Formats: sequence, C-alpha cells, structure tokens
Amino acid sequence: MTSRSSLSSASSVSSETEDAVLFDLQRIGKRFPGVDALKDVSFQLRAGEVHVLFGENGAGKSTLISMLAGVHQPTSGSIRFRGQEVELASVHHARSLGISAVFQEFSLVDQLTVEQNLFLGAEHTKSLFLSRKKLHEEAVAILNRLGFTLNPRQKVAYLSRAEQQMVEIAKAFRSDLSVLILDEPTASLTERETDRLFELIAHVKSEGVGVIYITHRMAEIKRIGDRITVLRDGAFIDTVDAKTSTEDGLVTLMTGRVIDKIFPSIQFSPTEVSLDIQNLSTADGGVKGVSLQVKRGEIIGLAGLVGSGKSRLIRACFGLEDISAGTVIFEGEDVTGCSMHNMLEKGFFYNPPDRRAEGLVMMRSCRENMVLPSLELSEFNKYGLLRRREESRKAQALAEQLQLQPLRIERQVEHFSGGNQQKVLLAKCLTRDVKLYVFDEPTVGVDVGTRTEIYKFIAELCNEGAAIILISSDLPEVLHMSHRLYVMHRGLMQAELVGDDINQESVLAEFFEKEVA
Amino acid sequence: MSDMEQSQKVGAENSTMPKRTPLYFLQLAFVRLGVLPFLLLLAVIIFTAASDNFLTGRNLLNVVRQSSYLTLVAVGQMFALLTGGFDLSVGTIIALTSVVGATAMAAAYAAMPDAILLSILIGLIAGITAGALIGAVNGIGVAIFNVSPFMMTLGMASVGFGIALYLTGGTPVYGMPQEFGDAIGFGNFFGLPAPVVVAVILIIALYVLVNWTRLGRYFYAVGGNLKAARLSGISTRMTLFLAYLLCGTVAAVSGMLLTARLDTGEANIGAAMPLESIAACVIAGVSLRGGVGRLENVVLGALFIGLVQNGMNLARVESYFQTVVIGVLLIIAVIADQARLKMMANLKD
Repeated sequence: MTSRSSLSSASSVSSETEDAVLFDLQRIGKRFPGVDALKDVSFQLRAGEVHVLFGENGAGKSTLISMLAGVHQPTSGSIRFRGQEVELASVHHARSLGISAVFQEFSLVDQLTVEQNLFLGAEHTKSLFLSRKKLHEEAVAILNRLGFTLNPRQKVAYLSRAEQQMVEIAKAFRSDLSVLILDEPTASLTERETDRLFELIAHVKSEGVGVIYITHRMAEIKRIGDRITVLRDGAFIDTVDAKTSTEDGLVTLMTGRVIDKIFPSIQFSPTEVSLDIQNLSTADGGVKGVSLQVKRGEIIGLAGLVGSGKSRLIRACFGLEDISAGTVIFEGEDVTGCSMHNMLEKGFFYNPPDRRAEGLVMMRSCRENMVLPSLELSEFNKYGLLRRREESRKAQALAEQLQLQPLRIERQVEHFSGGNQQKVLLAKCLTRDVKLYVFDEPTVGVDVGTRTEIYKFIAELCNEGAAIILISSDLPEVLHMSHRLYVMHRGLMQAELVGDDINQESVLAEFFEKEVA
Repeated sequence: MSDMEQSQKVGAENSTMPKRTPLYFLQLAFVRLGVLPFLLLLAVIIFTAASDNFLTGRNLLNVVRQSSYLTLVAVGQMFALLTGGFDLSVGTIIALTSVVGATAMAAAYAAMPDAILLSILIGLIAGITAGALIGAVNGIGVAIFNVSPFMMTLGMASVGFGIALYLTGGTPVYGMPQEFGDAIGFGNFFGLPAPVVVAVILIIALYVLVNWTRLGRYFYAVGGNLKAARLSGISTRMTLFLAYLLCGTVAAVSGMLLTARLDTGEANIGAAMPLESIAACVIAGVSLRGGVGRLENVVLGALFIGLVQNGMNLARVESYFQTVVIGVLLIIAVIADQARLKMMANLKD
C-alpha cells in the first residue's frame, strides 16, 4: 500500500536528522480585497511534532492553514517545504507533496459512498474503467488501520457529523502523508472518538508526520501539543513550548491588547424584564430546557463554544428554529412560536453572525440593505409607494453616524471592506423602533478599530435603556461588555455569572471543557 | 503586437493607475452600461448596410409592434429571474391563454351574437385567468413546496401544453367576433398599434411596481439573499409566489394580444418564448443568480431581439438560421457579462 511505504520513508528521514523541518514559512502575508488577513507570519513545522495554532476567531489561523493546504496562495513571503521553496498552487498539488488538510467545512460528496469519497479524484482504474474491487479493498484497509468502524459502502449523506469527519480524516491517509492539518477536529466528536483520534495522532507522529492542529480547547493543547504558535489579528505573536506554558499565559498572548481602551465603560441600570425565556427546548435537540432573563438597560452576554446552542437559543425565540417545549415571554406577552415578522413588529431585533450568508444582500446598495427591515413603516411608505427620498435621507444619516467608509450609500455592499459591511448590518436595526437588540458575533472578521466603534455603539444603545443580548465566542468581548454572563455548553445552561464573578478564570472553567483526568 | 496583447497591456496599466485613454473610457462604458448598447449599435450598423428599408420610420414602428409581445413576456420573466429562479412555462401560458380565451369568447359570441363587447370581455377574462392560474401553480410549487423553479416550470409547461392540445384536439379555435381582431390585433389607439399601447401601459405600471413599491424591493432582496430577506421580516414565500403569479399574468396578457393578431386560438404558439424572454433579460444584464436587473434594460433587450429578427428578415436570412443567431447572441451576452464582472474588479471606482 502506498501510504504505508511513504510513512516508513518519512520516519527514516526523521531518524537521520532528528529535528527535520517540514515547513519553514518566512514572513508570509495574505491580502484579501480590503483586509490584511495575515501579515508577516513566520512559522516552522518539524517532522514528528504536533504544532498547535492558537488565537481568537479571525486571528488568521484558518488563512494560514488554507495557504499550506494550497487553497489560497500567499501574497508575500515564502514557503519552504523540506528545505525547498514551493508554491502550493492547488489542493491537488499540496496533496501530491503529502500535505493533507481536514477543514471544518467538509469536502465530501453526499450522494457517493464512503469508499468513493475516500478516493475521489484518485480513483484506481483498469485501463478506462474503475476498478471497484481494488477501491473497496483499499478503503477497508485504510479504515481498519485507523480503527474507524464505518461501512465503506454506506452513502455519506446517511452518516452522522462525527462519522463524516472520520471519512474526511481517512481521506488524508489515502496517499503519501507528511503533513496533516486538522482544524478543530474534535468539535463534533464524542470522548471515545476523540481518544481514538489522539491515538492516531500519536501514531503518525511517531512515523515522522508533522501535525498542525487548531483548537480552542486548553485540555487538548496540554494533552497532545508540542509547540504552540499564537496569532492575533493576522500577526505572529510568539511560538512557545507547550510543556512550559500556562493557560493564563496563553490567553494573555491570545488576547493581549490594551483592553481598557477597546471597551467602553457602561453604566448598567437594569429596570423591568424585557425577555423571559422559560425552559426552552428546540425541536432539533440543540437547546435543552434553558431559562434566561434580560432586563432593559443591561447587556447580557451569552458565551460558549461553537455548537453549544447559544445562538440557537435566541434564534428559536426570534422564530428561526422550531420550539418543542418551553415559553418565551417578550415585553409581558407570550410570543412562543411567533413569526419573525411579528417579532420585528414587537421590537425584537436579531442581528445574524454571518453577514454574507444571512445578513446582507451583497449585490444591492447600502441604502436598500439598511432600510430593508423597515419598508413597511409609514416613514418609508405612503399610499403603497416607497418614499425613496426619506429612505436616502435616513440611510445617509445612519452612514454618517456609523462613519461608513467610503460614505457612499448607493454603493453595492459587496464592494465595502468587512468592517464597513458590518456597519451596514448594524445600521439595519436603527431604522425602526427596537426594544431588544440581539448581536450574534458582532465583531467576527472585524479589525480592532471598527471593533471599538461597534462596542461603543452597543454601549450607547444600552445607556439609552434598551435590552441587549450579546452572543459571542470571543472571550474578552463578553467579559468586558456583559452585565451578566450566561455560559452554555452542549445545549444546556452551564452557569450564570454576575459582577465580580465575570472573570477569565471562572468563565474559562465553564467555557472550555473541563480537563478529563 | 496584436490588438489582443495591446488591450491586455492597457488593462494591466489600468489596474495600477487608470490612464485616460479612449480604450479606458470604452471599458468604463462597457462596465457601466453592459453589453446591450454595443450590440444594439452593431445590429443597427449591420442591418442598415444590408437593407435600405431597415432604418425607416415605418419599419422601426413595425419592429416595436412585433416586439411588444416578447417585451411583455420578458418583463414578466424578469420577476422570476430577480428572485433567483426562472419561468420555462411562459410559452405554454401563452398557448393555453390563447386556446381558453378564444374558446370562451367564441362560445359567448355564439350564445349572444349581439353582446360583442361582453363576449370579448368574457374571453379576455377567461384567457388571462387560465394563464395566471399556471403562474399561481408555479408560485405555489416554488414558494411552498420548494420545488426547484427549473422542474416546476418545466413540469407546468408540459401540463399546460397538454391541456391546450386536449381542449382543441390540436386544431385552431375559430369563431371569435371580427371586432376583437380588428381592434386589438390590428387597430390603433392614439396613432399607435394597439398591442404597443397595451404593452406601454403595462410596462409603466410594472416599472412603478418594481422601483417604487415594497413588493418590488422585496423581489430584489429575496433573490439577492433569501435568508437575509427572511431575517428582515419579509415573507419570502409570498414574495416568491407573487413573482411567478405576476410572470404568468403578464405572459397571459401577451397571449391574448397574440390571439387577437392571429384571429384564432392556437395551441402551437409561444414555443420560442421561454428562450427568447430569458435571452432578452440576460442580454439586458439581469443576473441568473437573482437580485440584479433593471426593467428599462429588459425592454431594450426585447426590442433588440425583435430588431435582429426584423433585420434578418429584411436581409433575407433564412428563418431556421435565425434561431441559430438568437442562441449564439444569448451565449455571447453571457460571456460578455462574465468579462464585464472581471473588468469591474479591475476598474473599481
């Protein structure tokens, strides 16, 4: 089998030169239109080590690995692979060098079977025809070696997310492997599957494969990490030894900026209850019997890992997810199962996390996007006709208030930078009367300057007496902005923290999975 | 150095520092206006050279009259395209409208030979209702049952065509009052052919709808980003439904205008309409992905297709070959649009 022979050759290399360097990145940079995703990052991967990439959302980890996997090409700097300068032109090219990546977004074809997916793009052929028997045999061999109990003839569509992840990992092992890149691989795995994955990582490590590993979980870093490289806002911060570094030290490296200046001071003066969620469960089981209260004049934070149900909880209240049990009381009225249109009318505004997918109509102008939720109001509507002058006036005023750059409201949203797109998204909730604002990951992919403006914007809304829910995976953000902080974990409410209890240690204790001894 | 290399070189310079060369302005015009004005200009030049009769007032009015049927259908098609779908059943809608309208009108006229106006009205209502019904079924399938617009409208095209053939047994429907054809098919209002007047009135109404009402804005929003529209409190199902209903209704009106012109109800008309109406929209810069398109450009796009057909007739191009030309033009327009998008990235601002 090809993979086995290549693994043994890789291990012989590592035994000859103890610390053989697989990847050597010098001052790598990546510019996307309007953003510097990565600036002057240097990074080294040795054979036989697990190198953890650590940083906040939007720090540039994903950009970095996408360049190593051949998805994107750097705009500056050089990549050396086994001592030779390379240009990784495509995923296929990277694969041919033995570099395989398992991303969070799977690249599986749902309607094909496990074995067909495993060898997609590298099918075994007998002259013109597919050699089905050989395909099956090799698929079985790989799955057995990895210890995955999957039926190779099963269609991928019928597998669970964890099983699909296994297929995705197995794909990396189908051919010569020298670098394995894993992007939060355990996010959807059970404990047992995670253990199995870690055994596997230990095994390939001993064979001289270099592993790049992205995770947010402290316990995993300690368990399998050798070295850690910390990124922040697209810049290289430090590479440290995993054995000698502490959790606190890492978090400081990860977030370490002058935090006092970024976050505004907010005077919390909670008054009557605005939203009261009682024992809410969603039909898909993502939220299980969660209760929560928000008062006017306060910001509550909702923290938790991706998939903890923090976002789903509020989306269910807004009418985006089906509710199976529990009640939602908004401004003294039972609104369980109301339509989104009704919720908007009652003054409940939900700002989605992904502006491209759910927030904005990218090919339309800023003006049209800003007033879209409010066209039914008499301010913008008379005798069934739109009042386009009022519309322009309002959009212009909002653009000036939020300092949109450039200040051109007729420009298509897609031509603005990420931070300015976010401003357009925020402007949408200022076009109508809102009592409760929900901001779901309001600063994803946004630079520090815009971030500060967004925090100020949220603080002002709160000072004016609105109720605010801030859903975020960004720890410093919820720590500094929240009056009360709820932490969710796997669909359950894990903790409610108030006042002095809202600090790094107590939140981290709930936020990351507790260490399994 | 060949022209191609030269233009590439200029393009490369532009990306760093825009130079005010004539070519730059040509590119800018192309990016701003799209491919249509260039095609129109080209067509006028070619056909004027090919035939003396082409560039005369009488012929151009003739083009406008002949194009009014397609223009209406294309404008309706635009609504489906704006929401990110399309309607392949517009041809069938025309056929069914024609058959049902003619049958009802002939029956009413036979029953009460004195009430000419009433029987015309009955026929119009019956025909347009039948067409609108197909549109409504399309809308229900797409909006509520999430059937892809391709399958839904293709399926309904078969259903409608089958019904039209079944109703007539494949033979034309005669017996409509003479006055119907005289007035609406061949008559004039305000010195303009009747179908042109009807088309202009409808186009103005739809222009107001698409640019000055909430519903019009929602078509763009739903087609541009369905989820974002939903989160903004828009009833996306209703919006989708209305898009197909409108498309069907406008096509039905066009069907009745054609019926008046032909003086018979025909099950075999409108077969080229799906392609030609989508072509008119795409040439006019309506995005197949939804969310982008302007009604005034679609009108021009339909006129352009009419102009090309008329020009080819005058230049004695064989009618079978004309179909080839329309297909080629459609593909060229799509390719040109891709090039335009690329250029737009280079010339941004």
